[in-house]
Amino acid sequence: MAERRLLGLAVAALLAAVAFLAIGLRGNIAFVLELRLLKLAALVQVGVAIAISTVIFQTVTGNRILTPSIMGLDALYLFGQMLMVFLLGGVGYVALDPQLKFGMEVLLLMALAAALLLPMLKSRLDMGLMLLAGVVFGVLFRSLYSLLARLIDPNEFAVAQSASFANFNAVRTDLLVFAAIVTVIAAIIAWRARHVLDVISLGPDTATGLGVGWAGTVTGLLLVVAALVAVSTALVGPVAFFGLLVAALAERIVESRRHGLLLPAAAFAGIIVLVGGQTLFQHALGNATALGVVIEFVGGLVFLLLLVLGSRK
Amino acid sequence: MIRIENVSFKHRTTPILTDITLTIPKGGVVALIGPNGAGKSTLLSLVARLHPLQTGAIEIDGLPVNTTPGRELAKVIAILRQDTTVASRLKVRELVGFGRFPHGRGRLTEADHAIIEAAIAQFDLADLADRFIETLSGGQRQRALVAMVFAQGTDYLLLDEPLNNLDMYYARELMRSLRKVADEKGKTIVIVLHDINQASAHADRIIAMKAGRIVADGAPAAILTPDRLETVFGFPMRVETIEGKPFVLHQL
Repeated sequence: MAERRLLGLAVAALLAAVAFLAIGLRGNIAFVLELRLLKLAALVQVGVAIAISTVIFQTVTGNRILTPSIMGLDALYLFGQMLMVFLLGGVGYVALDPQLKFGMEVLLLMALAAALLLPMLKSRLDMGLMLLAGVVFGVLFRSLYSLLARLIDPNEFAVAQSASFANFNAVRTDLLVFAAIVTVIAAIIAWRARHVLDVISLGPDTATGLGVGWAGTVTGLLLVVAALVAVSTALVGPVAFFGLLVAALAERIVESRRHGLLLPAAAFAGIIVLVGGQTLFQHALGNATALGVVIEFVGGLVFLLLLVLGSRK
Repeated sequence: MIRIENVSFKHRTTPILTDITLTIPKGGVVALIGPNGAGKSTLLSLVARLHPLQTGAIEIDGLPVNTTPGRELAKVIAILRQDTTVASRLKVRELVGFGRFPHGRGRLTEADHAIIEAAIAQFDLADLADRFIETLSGGQRQRALVAMVFAQGTDYLLLDEPLNNLDMYYARELMRSLRKVADEKGKTIVIVLHDINQASAHADRIIAMKAGRIVADGAPAAILTPDRLETVFGFPMRVETIEGKPFVLHQL
């Protein structure tokens, strides 16, 4: 039953990709196809990266309404961008080799996420404390970001700002290959850890009783999450509620919290929403509005809905 | 054999356990009793390596708990904690199946499925096997958790107040199941109990704790005397002997 629904999701994702490539194909077909393929690859990657990172994060924290971005991971990334603009100037920032810069950012984000979260993990992990700290970190980095934004001159601000809004029309295809490698490796790790993730969802005591080393496993998983967040934020910018939307959607469709089903379902849901939504906006609605805005709107509604439903239980 | 040597444990500066030395030989049912805050749960957690050991040493069948890999220990010892919370959207059969995780890292063989079904049958969960955990009552959930711990198939079982939420029928059934696996399969069961009469009826040995120390240790008949009970719990109570077993009338 659940397997059949998963298959349905896979087919829908494939259809969305085909529609994205094929609809309105005219003129220099080879040129258009190449352009669209690049963009498709980026969208698929972002969808998969956000979906997997959100599912892992929710499992580790044992909380269904948290996402890495609510915890301030992408605020950290953006603060890093702004800091670089501040230190190097707008011209220096743009002149950086994108691949090198990106590689450094991924490593830095992983290191920072580990540095902030590890002390709490070591002392047997008080989850409530960790989440509170995450939210506070998020506010801190956003505030520092705004502070720097007020200090730099408007031209440089424009450079930094272009990195701070989700934009699915102008994806960074120059980073594609590098990002693809990170995403694929992270996805493989997540898939291989699917049974361990099931056990992790039972909480630290039961997981330890069943022979899963809690602190080590959770640290590894958080590093994977940090890498995935860096990839998706670098490619399209921050999206707060997209992960929440696809994780909630996937869980309702396959009606299971088993990661062997949930991880692929969330990844397919991510592809369907992003690629399908982008196709719809480009061709049916004539780019009347930005997909990012709509996803955030719907995702925000889902967030509120989960809050209300959760409190009623 | 579980060997506990000179174990002390502090939560920040508050001592929880002071210099516990205890040997539990293989086979049999051992009941841990004592007032709230005596350190019973902490002792079980330390044996099951849920808390890091601060001082002293604990060995299970010669495996030191602080250095043996978690995977290896999970095949030897299983623990059921008090008030375990369970993630939602999980069916009873899936939860019981997690008990097999230490053996196949999540891949279930035919033999695993047979063990899971046996545990489900043993705890009367057949009708509930395909229900989601969050739709169950507290007692039903408790039975599912006990079934999971049983399915783990370890020689040592640590159960922290497993009778919580169970009605009289299932409390008695659980104690009888424990007695049976101890007698027939030679398993060692250490169980924290607040119902002293269950301990009297089913345990081979009772260990009484108070304020982080062991204050009495022996067969039920030797421990359940008015004097001993008063030193442990701090108030006098009547003890009657029925069918050769002491029963405590602490409600009077």
